[in-house]
Amino acid sequence: MLELVKNTKIDFMGKKYIAFVLSGIISIIGLFAIYQIAHGRANLGIDFAGGTSVQLKFEKPAKVHDVRKALEEGGIKDFDLQELTGENKILVRAKNIEIQLGKVSEQITSVISQKLPDNKFVVDSTTEIGPKVGGKLRADAGWAIVVSTIAILIYIAVRFKLNFAVGATVATFHDVTAVLAIFFLLGKEINLILVTALLTIAGYSLTDTVVVFDRIRENLRTRLKDPVDAVMNLSINEVLSRTIVTSFTVLLTSIALFFFGGEVLHDFSLAMIIGLLIGTYSSIFVASPIVLLWGGNKAFAKK
Amino acid sequence: MNKSIFWRFLFIGIAVAAAVIFFLPNTPFFKSMPDWWQKNMPNKGIVLGLDLKGGLHLVFEVEADKAVESTVERYAFTIKEMLQKKKLQAEVKKNGLNIEITPTSQELMKALKEGYNNLDMSESGQTATLRLNDKERSFIKDNAANQALETIRNRIDQFGVAEPTIHRQGQNEIVVQLPGVKDPRRAIDLIGKTALLEFKIVNDDSPIAAQLPSSITLGDEEKILSQFADKVPADSQILFEKKVNKETGAVTKFPILVRKDAMLTGTLLTEAKVTLDSQFSTPYVSISFNPEGAKRFEEVTGANVKKRLAIVLDNTVYSAPVIQEKIGGGNAQITGSYGMEEAKDLSIVLKAGALPAPLKMLQNVTVGPSLGSDSIEAGKMAGLAGTIAVAIFMIFYYRLSGVIADFALILNIILLFGAMASMNATLSLPGIAGIILVIGMAVDSNVLMFERMRDELRAGKTPRSAVDSGYKKAFWTIFDSHITTLITAAVLFQFGTGPIKGFAVTLGLGVTINLYTALIGTKSVFDLINSRRDVKKLSI
Repeated sequence: MLELVKNTKIDFMGKKYIAFVLSGIISIIGLFAIYQIAHGRANLGIDFAGGTSVQLKFEKPAKVHDVRKALEEGGIKDFDLQELTGENKILVRAKNIEIQLGKVSEQITSVISQKLPDNKFVVDSTTEIGPKVGGKLRADAGWAIVVSTIAILIYIAVRFKLNFAVGATVATFHDVTAVLAIFFLLGKEINLILVTALLTIAGYSLTDTVVVFDRIRENLRTRLKDPVDAVMNLSINEVLSRTIVTSFTVLLTSIALFFFGGEVLHDFSLAMIIGLLIGTYSSIFVASPIVLLWGGNKAFAKK
Repeated sequence: MNKSIFWRFLFIGIAVAAAVIFFLPNTPFFKSMPDWWQKNMPNKGIVLGLDLKGGLHLVFEVEADKAVESTVERYAFTIKEMLQKKKLQAEVKKNGLNIEITPTSQELMKALKEGYNNLDMSESGQTATLRLNDKERSFIKDNAANQALETIRNRIDQFGVAEPTIHRQGQNEIVVQLPGVKDPRRAIDLIGKTALLEFKIVNDDSPIAAQLPSSITLGDEEKILSQFADKVPADSQILFEKKVNKETGAVTKFPILVRKDAMLTGTLLTEAKVTLDSQFSTPYVSISFNPEGAKRFEEVTGANVKKRLAIVLDNTVYSAPVIQEKIGGGNAQITGSYGMEEAKDLSIVLKAGALPAPLKMLQNVTVGPSLGSDSIEAGKMAGLAGTIAVAIFMIFYYRLSGVIADFALILNIILLFGAMASMNATLSLPGIAGIILVIGMAVDSNVLMFERMRDELRAGKTPRSAVDSGYKKAFWTIFDSHITTLITAAVLFQFGTGPIKGFAVTLGLGVTINLYTALIGTKSVFDLINSRRDVKKLSI
């Protein structure tokens, strides 16, 4: 029998305050990020902010500097460039949403073909989002997060007890805000596909939490005399290897996606990787301690 | 073999066979299948989304308020005509969405009531006011959206796109999806053009006409308009004609003063086709009017000989030739400086008719065909790498039981593709990510079971009872953990747009199928092993 962790006796509950401080800090950053996003002060993707993005694939390696200069001379305002590694691809994003849709992308391509005539290019993709659509997508994303959180809370409350549901929901919310915080600090783009990753993380990080909760519930029934925090410690230690292994297999596929999945899924898989790590941590260090604090020792005694 | 195990394997076998049959159309083997198979068996398979196939996804808003406004304009125009016919002296003025007529008389009110009883009418002092009621207004708006949809469909049919999707969304939005279009800009222009064709008389009599500059630099249109805003006669307006120098390609514009009222519009057209000028081999569009249009065209040209007639499309003058004589027969030509392609598109929009209201583009997502196929290749690569990594890890960690888990994993992937193909689900780029994540999640159920079995073995149980109680005890944990992922998949499906919906579909299907493969597939293999002989040791 090959085992990653064998007969561990780690005092997870004893470390709950260290975990709370750590998680508290990152959650506060995450909440700050949400506040900034709501006020349009984060690196919002054009699907949320509205604007134009054009991805160009050049025949020869193109210098970002040259493209920037060409666009500036061509009178394009408020844009940024991103070089996509490998295939001579450059992504131009412009956030001028007041101008009529369709004009900006046309301007960008015509300026570059005029100013850089030696390096031919093809337009890989064009995305233009008007302010109305951007607003709707933002609202939908917000609703998706709220609705899924409530639905999960209800499900866990039905299957377990309310204090478990609160623990699970706090842990899930923690995972989502933590990933958001890290993306915000890294200056990564906040877009629709990131929200998709966040919701997937929310759903999946519960797998680990449910595994831990199940064992706690089971052990609480048989070990009526032991203190609750000791039972929790025991339970977490017992299921530690499966919590790690289940996340690890998804981590493997996320890493594969990160390296081979292409540029569009790069940030998505990065969010998944970070989310999986944080989700595993939170199901051990956040979810159970909250159940303990919320329910108190007596909550379990009668069951 | 135990009977119940046999039936379970048979069931798995049938499911796999069905999955293969459904997925076959997505493989090159489908082409070599016999004719009767291609005709009668599933032949559509998984559909590629626009982000993978390449193409355009456009969302337009029909500016329906403009349709209401132009309806009011049309009413004002016909009222004016009616008054002229009845020789009634009154001024007709459009004020916002109201039509005001002064002075009133009994005869006038009677005529209005007879001809326009669908309009709300009120009289105060010397002014009669007509306006559209709410019902009429919402009817016009709804009608505008429907008509726009029809017009766009006609244009795209004539443009020639395979399998376009065009539908209304909400009150006044139109979604257009065009897979595999090579020239996206041309397609967008073709759809978005209002294509309101008008014939207007050039007002060369006004002294202002002579004051207008002969040509202007591009971008100065607004400046000219505001400069002359006060001077232009009330019945006239300034429009611009665009000219392209054939040698240099330089574009110049020059202003023309025309009378506001259109003598004739494109609604009376029956035909528009591209013709090549035999002398200069430049293309032009020749149009034919229906009998009513032909009659009007003859009247208009007859009444305005030696004047110039401006041919105006969407407020841009194409040309303004001098009318030499009365033109009968109902044929005319639209010349101007444009190339063959533009001439062709012009004939398409004229034939398909004008949009009832201008369109505003809300969203445009265009993906080139090479990006799509790159994405598919990258997805295949990542999927393969992920599968191999997970499979090797499972064997390394759980030995023979890992092999069984891998069997379930492969089963899971086959059934997932089969299920998607049976639903003709759309595969998007995020959907690929969903499949790859599902590969990682697929072994989770097995991990949970195996760990449970290990617990039981440690507790000293025999392999057979360890398997049975391991399954039993792990069941609800697996069930609960799958449901939470299903909940988020459902939410994403509800709130997500196209590609995200694709992700939700693969994630949701994958997780559901995973429950089946883990709880039935893996268990059957274990039961098979245990039924053969008395197993002393479990490789786990």
